Amino acid sequence: MADTRTIKVEALARVEGEGSLHVKIKNGLVKELHFGIFEPPRFFEAFLRGRDFREVPDITARICGICPIAYLMGASQAMEDILGITVTKPIRDLRRLIYCGEWIESHALHVYMLHAPDFLGLSDALELAKVDRSLVENALRLKKVGNEILEIIGGRAIHPVALKVGGFYKLPSKKQLRTLEEELKWAIETSVATVKLVGGFDFPDIEQNYNFMALRHPDEYAIHEGRLVTSSGLDFPVSQFLDHVEEEHVPWSNALHGKPKDGGNHHVGPLARYNLNYDKLGKTAKAAAKAAGLGPVVRNPFKSIVVRAVELVQVCEDALKLVQGYEEADKAYVDAPIRAGEGHGCTEAPRGICYHRYRIDSDGSVLDARIVPPTAQNQKVIELDLWKVVQANLAKSDDEIKWRAEQAIRNYDPCISCATHFLKLEMEHS
Amino acid sequence: MSERKRPKLAVWKFSSCDGCQLTMLDCEDELLALTEEVRISYFLEATRKVEKGPYDVSLVEGSITTPHDVKAIREVRKQSKVLITIGACATAGGIQALRNFKNVKEFIRAVYAHPEYIDTLTTSTAISDHVPVDFELRGCPVNKHQMLEVLNAALNGRKPNIPKYSQCMECKETGTVCRMVATGAACLGPVTQAGCGTLCPGKDRGCYGCFGPMESPNTAALAARLGQLGQSSRDIRRLFHTYNANSDAFRKEGDNHG
Repeated sequence: MADTRTIKVEALARVEGEGSLHVKIKNGLVKELHFGIFEPPRFFEAFLRGRDFREVPDITARICGICPIAYLMGASQAMEDILGITVTKPIRDLRRLIYCGEWIESHALHVYMLHAPDFLGLSDALELAKVDRSLVENALRLKKVGNEILEIIGGRAIHPVALKVGGFYKLPSKKQLRTLEEELKWAIETSVATVKLVGGFDFPDIEQNYNFMALRHPDEYAIHEGRLVTSSGLDFPVSQFLDHVEEEHVPWSNALHGKPKDGGNHHVGPLARYNLNYDKLGKTAKAAAKAAGLGPVVRNPFKSIVVRAVELVQVCEDALKLVQGYEEADKAYVDAPIRAGEGHGCTEAPRGICYHRYRIDSDGSVLDARIVPPTAQNQKVIELDLWKVVQANLAKSDDEIKWRAEQAIRNYDPCISCATHFLKLEMEHS
Repeated sequence: MSERKRPKLAVWKFSSCDGCQLTMLDCEDELLALTEEVRISYFLEATRKVEKGPYDVSLVEGSITTPHDVKAIREVRKQSKVLITIGACATAGGIQALRNFKNVKEFIRAVYAHPEYIDTLTTSTAISDHVPVDFELRGCPVNKHQMLEVLNAALNGRKPNIPKYSQCMECKETGTVCRMVATGAACLGPVTQAGCGTLCPGKDRGCYGCFGPMESPNTAALAARLGQLGQSSRDIRRLFHTYNANSDAFRKEGDNHG
């Protein structure tokens, strides 16, 4: 008689949004594996039609409470592309600074509160606080530094209100931003300590031959500007994204799967950025990575937690420089007359590239909207990782397999809210 | 030594962006103290540990958009002594309630290649449209100080101190220049419940109504004034029909325009 097992994780924890995993195992082999997103669809692309182009950044921010900047900025860039607006350097720098704030908040949350407990065999950060309260206090303080950047520039941390097409409604004062200086110096030190801490975790032995995709910029570790590059050698402008990536609709998921048109899969997020842009990391981040045993190539998905911590060092340092160099500009935004057209925007959300394309009419109404969030693009590689991870752990109990599979999913810091604009774990042993 | 018995807190999610429950994790200075007062029994975004109900207090984020949601919220109500909705999705259907004004089949076709895989209701509705709710906290997202106040009140069996007056009151209290008077900007402040902390006017823009209608709003008078300021009928409709489009007052006013 065939030995069959079914394992189901119906509602994944410590992820943003709702997802599941269904695994069917027959005669000691994984036969079927679906990483599903059951977060109900919200139809953003559909209801954006007919809205005014100026409303789009604020509305699309509501796709995700964790990474609203990715939406506010991607949408604004696409509209600026249509109107022929190039923002001034002070606006560009302030945008990078508020984006650093979002990365600090999101990465600190994920590294300490959502992912680290897996490596320590704990259910959550509150259990971690019982073991080491000052560690969690420091994590929260680090997260708060990110939120303070968002609040000073944007008005609030979740769905900030000061960003608009062309720039900002109002610029922060030099004095307000300078209040962040001392805390950012502390944050750099704490991030370096974070790399050391998470670099010491036990990592399952798994290497994957991913095709990475990320933004790349000649002068900086790309966040909000650049060309798209892949480890397979592609290098193209943001406007050609849809020439290279297509979306597939599978029956087990409410999130469309984004994948390369030339077949295979691609991987976006911290690992992709690190592998493609290692040379653009600053000295402090590189030194922290090296001390934690990371070379310029990292292909173990479980080590994404270390890479995320290295990125924390980078963005805390970038943020400090931007704060110290900030001067109040004369104009908070660049304006231009409305015209019809099509535009593209793409930035590195904490979880990976987030692409936007809009077409607007001559009166400024949206005719068509297309948004490809990072988690949608990572669904395929998450499934590929899970095949390997589940297969490698079949000797273990269902509960242990579940936990390890959940951890493998959390490697991607999946943002399911984004992906549907997305998770539940089901395992079927048959 | 046995652990002190703390009230059980559950945090639930329906259709939403996760921003309101994230607000809980954003209470960086209060989170650890809070968990000494309450026992987090269900909060998937923060922990994989799940404890069975009943729960003393449930915070509910998100709107009802699927047949499964309709059943699930009834179960949450059954398991909760106090049920508090948090945010515009849970109290008014959220931005995704814009589907209520359109043909959802067309929406599904616009976004998904295989409409047959999608199981959704034609409407996005507030939690209170399905089960009795003990308190509705407004905002897109909620304000963390207000959330802590509501939680504190629920744990101590008192009424939360959450004002129902308009944003205009808050602007006056803080000495913020009136955007509508000074610049003619479209502002929903006169009909929107205060509580955000004068965010938009403080950033030189009109309020976009993310806290939803105040108690007894005079939306018709505001719409007339917006018309005088040069807003088109279509723009007035869009203003009311955004983050709280399915709240009674904003839905009705928006329907009169455009």
